[in-house]
Amino acid sequence: MLLAPEDITAIWLSIKVALTATALSLPFGFTVAWLIVFKPFRGKVLLEVLVNLPLTLPPVVIGFFLLLLLGKNGWIGKLLAESGITLIFTWKAAVIASATVGLPLLVRSIRIGMESIDRQLIDASRTLGAHWYDTLFTIILPLSLRGILAGSSLMFARSLGEFGATIIVAGNIPGITQTIPLAIYDYASSPSSTTMALSLCMVSVLISVSVLFLHEWLTRKLDRSRAL
Amino acid sequence: MKLHIDIEKKLGAFSLQVKADVSCERTGILGESGSGKSTLMHLVSGLMQPDKGEIILDDQCLFSSFKKNNISAEQRRIAIVFQQAMLFPHLSVKANLLYGFKRCHTENRLIKPETLIDLLKLQPLLQRGVEHLSGGEKQRVALGRAVLANPRLLLMDEPLSALDDTLRFQIIPYLRSVSEELRIPYLFISHSLTEMQLMTDQILEIKNGRCINETTAEQLARNRMAQSPNGYINLLHLSNPQQESGLYTYKWGSNTLFVSAGKHAEQSLFELSSREIILFKKHPEAISARNLLDCRVAEMFDSDGRVGVVLSANGEKLVAEIVRQAADELNITIGSTLFAAIKASSFRRLA
Repeated sequence: MLLAPEDITAIWLSIKVALTATALSLPFGFTVAWLIVFKPFRGKVLLEVLVNLPLTLPPVVIGFFLLLLLGKNGWIGKLLAESGITLIFTWKAAVIASATVGLPLLVRSIRIGMESIDRQLIDASRTLGAHWYDTLFTIILPLSLRGILAGSSLMFARSLGEFGATIIVAGNIPGITQTIPLAIYDYASSPSSTTMALSLCMVSVLISVSVLFLHEWLTRKLDRSRAL
Repeated sequence: MKLHIDIEKKLGAFSLQVKADVSCERTGILGESGSGKSTLMHLVSGLMQPDKGEIILDDQCLFSSFKKNNISAEQRRIAIVFQQAMLFPHLSVKANLLYGFKRCHTENRLIKPETLIDLLKLQPLLQRGVEHLSGGEKQRVALGRAVLANPRLLLMDEPLSALDDTLRFQIIPYLRSVSEELRIPYLFISHSLTEMQLMTDQILEIKNGRCINETTAEQLARNRMAQSPNGYINLLHLSNPQQESGLYTYKWGSNTLFVSAGKHAEQSLFELSSREIILFKKHPEAISARNLLDCRVAEMFDSDGRVGVVLSANGEKLVAEIVRQAADELNITIGSTLFAAIKASSFRRLA
């Protein structure tokens, strides 16, 4: 397996971006799933559509919208620029792109986990004196763990493979914003670098397989702890 | 305990409109499936909000559409034992039991975990995961969890219907102990008259979302005797079994009864249909039935053309059912003496 120093940087950057995007999206994704599953409110359909939109839109379109929002003249970009924060063409932009694209998968998995909770368990906790936040942390959260695990794995894997939105908002700067897919894209453009591209592909497969194994292991561990 | 309910709730095509005052500590809510029993329970517990009306428990207004007052379910201190135990699957038995207790204000913690664990015999189960419990054990833990929340009122929503007959009657003494030993008033919801006879002193009968009758299980059993396929069900607590030539003898007060389906347990609960009892005016010379009780008629009642004869055998009560013609022919009146013949195989052991 042939890996150049910038490939190693791309691997670490990919892992860093995917981990950060997953970690940042988790609380948000959990809250959105909880709202959709347990809270009746007006505009729920709109929230569901908005959350799922990145799943149906081409990632390049998402990247372009993010560029409009976070760019120097964008609504959010302008505000950030005033505080001296620049996101575009940094690894943080890659995180935002990955988080946006992966969020629907995370929310979907957590939602499925939450929907499988018997409502009477929540009724029981309430009649035993637990307030909504107490029920959320002592009943809903632990019983959604399978969904959270599945969603996190999916989101991490999706972030690893994120290309279209990332290249638009973060660019393809080796050592700074170049992740594995972007590096493979670069190698694939030149016929002499097929081996290098293949090496990175193998690394990609290895990371994905490891994530899936970790997911399986954690799920089994969770099931075993419940069965005791 | 004083519970005042005057509420209305519309759920699609179904509408519930109940007005009742409950002061009895062991009250039953009886009705067919879909009559509104569970909706009523949800409304009283605060899990559902009435459209209109008020609910007052011991002078505290839990809900009033007039005063725009609604105390949330978590603050009402009304615990529920559900049909399915609904134990938290990610917690141990001990953590389940203490869930409500930990959330109960210190000044309200009158029932201590140790007392309850002893009473419900839960000690061997404490460290186990709830998935490894049998149906009856789960329901006992669910009862313990609800009681340890130290509620002002306990709602039991058909807590026995998911259990088979044997388990059902094994759990009943535990459910009764909640009121007898711990003095927690309860509303017991069921569609089984036998359960009501064992668990309650007063009954609200619900039909199509309306409270149609306030009565007792005993009265209801008498009223329904003629239509019921099993007549009136006598529930007998028998003790001290001895095996004797293939049969069991049991003590029933100062009487001795021969029973086929006995068991070596200090106390057992048996049911006996009123239709399994044959009455004789005089002592029959020879009879195949193993039990012949010398009785006095304590009371008589009508049930759709049938006559219920309440017999007293050395102070123990038993209801026999005969047709009006037989009552006239035997000239049965209150105070007259009769012989009641019962086959040993007529007793059905419940627990």
